[in-house]
This record gives sequence, structure tokens and C-alpha cells, in this order.
Amino acid sequence: MSVKKTLFEKIWEAHLVAQPAGRSPILYIDLHLVHEVTSPQAFDGLRAAGRQVRQRSRTVATVDHNIPTEPRGTPITDLIAARQIAALQANCGEFGIRLFDMDAPEQGIVHVIGPELGLTQPGMTIVCGDSHTSTHGAFGALAFGIGTSEVEHVLATQCLGQQKPRTMKIDIRGRLSEGVTAKDLALGIIGQIGTDGATGHVIEYAGAAVRGLSMEGRMTLCNMSIEAGARAGMVAPDETTIAYVKGRRFAPAGADWEKAAEYWRSLPTDEGATFDKVVEIDAAQLSPFVTWGTNPGMVAPVTGRVPEINGLREAERRATELALEYMALQPGKRIEDIGIDRVFIGSCTNSRIEDLRAAARVAKGHRVSSKVRAMVVPGSQAVKRAAEQEGLHRIFLDAGFEWRESGCSMCLGMNPDILQPGERCASTSNRNFEGRQGRGGRTHLVSPMMAAAAAIAGHFTDVRNWRFH
Amino acid sequence: MKPFTVHRGRVAPLDRVNVDTDQIIPKQFLKRIEKTGFGEFLFYDWRFSADGKKNPDFVLHDPRYEGSSILVAGKNFGCGSSREHAVWALADFGFRAVVSSSFADIFANNSTKNGFLTVQLSEDQIATLMQRAHAIDNYAITIDLEKCEARDDHGFHATFTIDEFVRHCLLNGLDDIGLTLQHEPEISAYESRHPAPAAMTGVIS
Repeated sequence: MSVKKTLFEKIWEAHLVAQPAGRSPILYIDLHLVHEVTSPQAFDGLRAAGRQVRQRSRTVATVDHNIPTEPRGTPITDLIAARQIAALQANCGEFGIRLFDMDAPEQGIVHVIGPELGLTQPGMTIVCGDSHTSTHGAFGALAFGIGTSEVEHVLATQCLGQQKPRTMKIDIRGRLSEGVTAKDLALGIIGQIGTDGATGHVIEYAGAAVRGLSMEGRMTLCNMSIEAGARAGMVAPDETTIAYVKGRRFAPAGADWEKAAEYWRSLPTDEGATFDKVVEIDAAQLSPFVTWGTNPGMVAPVTGRVPEINGLREAERRATELALEYMALQPGKRIEDIGIDRVFIGSCTNSRIEDLRAAARVAKGHRVSSKVRAMVVPGSQAVKRAAEQEGLHRIFLDAGFEWRESGCSMCLGMNPDILQPGERCASTSNRNFEGRQGRGGRTHLVSPMMAAAAAIAGHFTDVRNWRFH
Repeated sequence: MKPFTVHRGRVAPLDRVNVDTDQIIPKQFLKRIEKTGFGEFLFYDWRFSADGKKNPDFVLHDPRYEGSSILVAGKNFGCGSSREHAVWALADFGFRAVVSSSFADIFANNSTKNGFLTVQLSEDQIATLMQRAHAIDNYAITIDLEKCEARDDHGFHATFTIDEFVRHCLLNGLDDIGLTLQHEPEISAYESRHPAPAAMTGVIS
């Protein structure tokens, strides 16, 4: 009888280039995504060592982190950001790398455009100098974030030395109920296992609830894997995956397509394969979540309250006190009583067409609260065009949301989209760290539906009771 | 890469858990295209007020910890963003190592590429170091990568584990790109079996 293997093990083994004695295995990288922030020093390293990019056709670059979301063509007033963008343009030119530049119709957040262009495919190894590279695991790829030294390493060698991670299965039984999304599932998992619950592990999300998710939902779920400390997150490819990839620009075509699809169907974890760790989640028990603290594990159901401090262990109590002080929240406060100033719908977590459809469904026929400033930032130019074709932008604009150009935007506030000190934001992004969206800003992570509902109500509200028009 | 063998230095206690890379080096400083000069922005929002004034209460501004080269911190140090700027900032500020009960994977990986050591000890051992750094003036420890141990002059002694290859690279300051390129024949052989997909090749405009 053959050895039973997990999805991760199959991809890992298929990419082993060498296993030298006394050092980490060397893994081949199929796709390297590059952006402006974590690459300039890597290209400098290549130049200093007189090295070339080994596989230009496996390397794709775009600008996303620090570009403004004002209409394209508006000059970039932040000169240091402009210099970083110019450095990427020059580096791509010098080394012969395909760049989807600011004015390109393909431009967008690197983790949004990879899948929509068909660059991201099942069974691949994918890296990027960005922790949310885990997003691509939604396709049954092994995708993980790397630092700038490793960016240089992959540019030069198309390989990475990697210690083999452990495996974790998160088995999500049952079905998500109406109004409870992939984002809530991700927040529920992190709330349960903690922000270091999956450190050193590659997660495979399995179970009926995961099979029922669209590719957009799976991307949201895998995207947040890093917030649980995981090296990567994955979902086994199935007919939903294959249908999504088919016909996309960089997807295999013709005879190659049949061969590829057949291979992808062989990737799911074998019946009886074992994981180092297994976590079980009951999807039916989950509700829409809102984070109340300064890491994504500090989360409560929308119907719940900010936690009490009494009874917590010392280290946890201290961390909670610091978080509540930063967030200006009292223990025991009802989540639905928390008022907000800003709303951000966007980021590599929740800026795809399905996210915008969900938010627009909530926004339709309503008005953004007079005390709230709300913005929608599509994940890519392609998402923006699709949304405009469907008329979603009209719904948002009529309701009083801003409709902007694509980029990472206020997820990390490297561009001009930032919170002012003390402002409180309902955000569909992935991190509520102190100052993440602007110094002194207070971030609450939620799903797109919950963000849209909060924009209209002026405070958090349970979208399961929403009055849809 | 600067080798790391044995280092003795003053210890600064950062008594917080889940110190994320957004705190270590806030985003507004990631736009630089150099590897140097990040030290002055280390823990910026904790060290300085919004108007740029030094926060005297922050541990790195306490004269007792001036010139520290070893940081002791709570669990899950370096979580969040993959920004290697976090390691560059710590190293540029003068740190050679962080000691914690756990580290985020990408941060730990990035450290090894910069001659910067992450030393993982138990929560009890971290509590001891934290307490001594608070209580004892000029508290210093020695981190010995040759013996994989951390020790002080007051009877503290702990051993730690580290991947043997990573240790070898750190001890000798080895550039691991060069080491990977020693496997050129295997990489070429792999590539001839797995050519880049047709759709991705072709003229790059």
C-alpha cells in the first residue's frame, strides 16, 4: 500500500531540487511575485554580486503598497514613495521583469492580480516579499511570505532553502449561516487558536464549510493564515478551483489544460494521511465577528462584549489592559455600542468582486452615517472595471461611500489613506495592530458586509438583522 | 554577513507579548530603498510622541539600558508583516540578538540572513531574565552560539536549540545564495524537467 500524503507533502516533494546533507532542503519556486516595498534592496544585492534574475518568466511585479488611490495621473506628492516606485520600474527594466505598472489595466494588489490573471495555479510553490502571500494557498498552492534577503535569493536562484514545516488540519464542519462569511470564519479560528496558534505549521483548511466557499472566500480564509502565525494556509483544489482558473490569461490552454487539470485533481490529501495537529471548528456556531483589541486574536461576536479583565492570567491581563487602553474601550462594553468614524472596504483580504457585491448589497438604498467617512478601494483595476460594469460603484457613490483606485491603501497606510489619531475604523483588512492604519488610529476588523452596515449605522451592528433593499 | 559566535551584552527588557513588526518599524519608514539607517526609527511610535518628543518611559530611553545589545521580550516576537526592515532596524540600533519564548517564522528566518540571532528559551527562563534585567544594574548576559547556551554572572544558565545549518551559516557568516548556487547542476536538471509554463514565457514588454 502506498504512503498516504497530505496536499502539502505532495507539493513539497514535487519541488525538492536537492536535499544536501546537513542543510535545509532546497525547494524550487514556480512563481515569484514582486512589489515596490520589499524588493529594492534585493535588486541592489543582485547588482553588488553581479547576478542576474534566473527565471524572468517566473517573476512578475506590480506596484500596490504605497501608490495613492486618487485618480491615476495625479502626481505622487510623497517623494520617498515616488522614489521607491521609480526604483521598481528601473529594476524591472534593467533585469527584464514583467511589470504591471501604475497605469496598467492589470495593476492591483499583488495577491489579487496573481489569481485573477491565472498566474496562481494549484500545485505551485509561490513566494512574495509579503506575509499575505498565504492568500494563494486557496488554490491548493504552497504559498508563503518571505523577507527581502529571500527575495534576492529567489531572484538569483529560483530556489529557497527551507526547513520543512509541520502540518495542521483545520476541519470546519457544518455550514456558515447567512451573514457569516469567510472573514468571520478566519477571525473565529484566530480567536480560538491565537495569533501564534499555527506558528511553524502549514494549515490545510478542510471540511464541508470550506468546500462550500467560493474562490474569493477561500482566498480570504487563506489570507488570514499568517495572522494565526502559520507559514501558509491551503485548500485542496476541486472543481470550484479548476473552473475559476480555466480561461484566465496565464492559465494553461489546449492540451496543456487537460494535463494540468488532471494533475490538480491528484493533489488533494489522501484519505488516511495524518497531520501533526488537528483543530475542529463548528461553522454553525460562528457569528459575525468584530475585533476589539490590537491583534486579530482579540475578537468577539458582534452580539458580544469587550472582555472583562478580572480572571485573566497575568500576561494575558496585561496584554488586554494595554490593548483596551490603546483602543479606548471599557471592559464589558457591548460591541454594538461601539461607534465609528471611518470605514475601509478593501485590502488583499477583502477587495475582490464578491466582497464588493456583498458590501453593495448591504449599502443599497441606504446612506452612510453623517459622522462616518467611508471608502471602497477595489483590489485591482480588473475588480474595479467588473464592479463598474455591474453598477456597484453607483450603489456605493449614491450611499455616500468614496470609490477609489486600486491598491493596498488604508490596510497599512503607506499611501496618503490613513486614520487620524484617535479615529476609530471598521476595516475589512487583516491587522488591527497599534498604528497600523495611521498613528493613534483604532482598527476593528470585520467582514465587508459588517463594514458596510457599520458605515450606515455609525456603529457596529449585526448584519444578520439588516434591512436589505 | 557578519558572523555570530559569542556575544556578551547589556540586556534591555521589553515586557510585552506579540510584539509585531509594525511596532518594530512602522510603515512610514518602509519607503527607503536602502538597507541602512533604520535604527533611528526602531519602535518609533513607542519611543517618540506624535510631535517627535522622546518618550522617557520607554525602556530603550531609560539610561540604565543605554547601549543594550540584547533584547528580552514576551512570546510571539516579530509577528505580522514580513518586512525585513524590522531586523535591519534592530541591528542598526545596536542589537545583536532577541531572546524570547517564541518567534514568528518569517521574522526568525529574516534574522538568520543578517547575522542576527533569535534565541528561544522557556517562559520561565524569559521571566527570570526579565526580572534580573529590571533588578540588577548593568545586567548583561553572554550568548554563546558555539555552545548554544545563554548565561549570566549570577548563576543563570540555559541551553537553546537552533537548526544546525542555520547555526553553521551564522557562525561562519555565510552567504546562503552562494551555497544554493553550488547546486547549479541539480537546479538546471529540475528546470529542464519543469520548464516555465508556455503562457508565462515570451516577450516581456
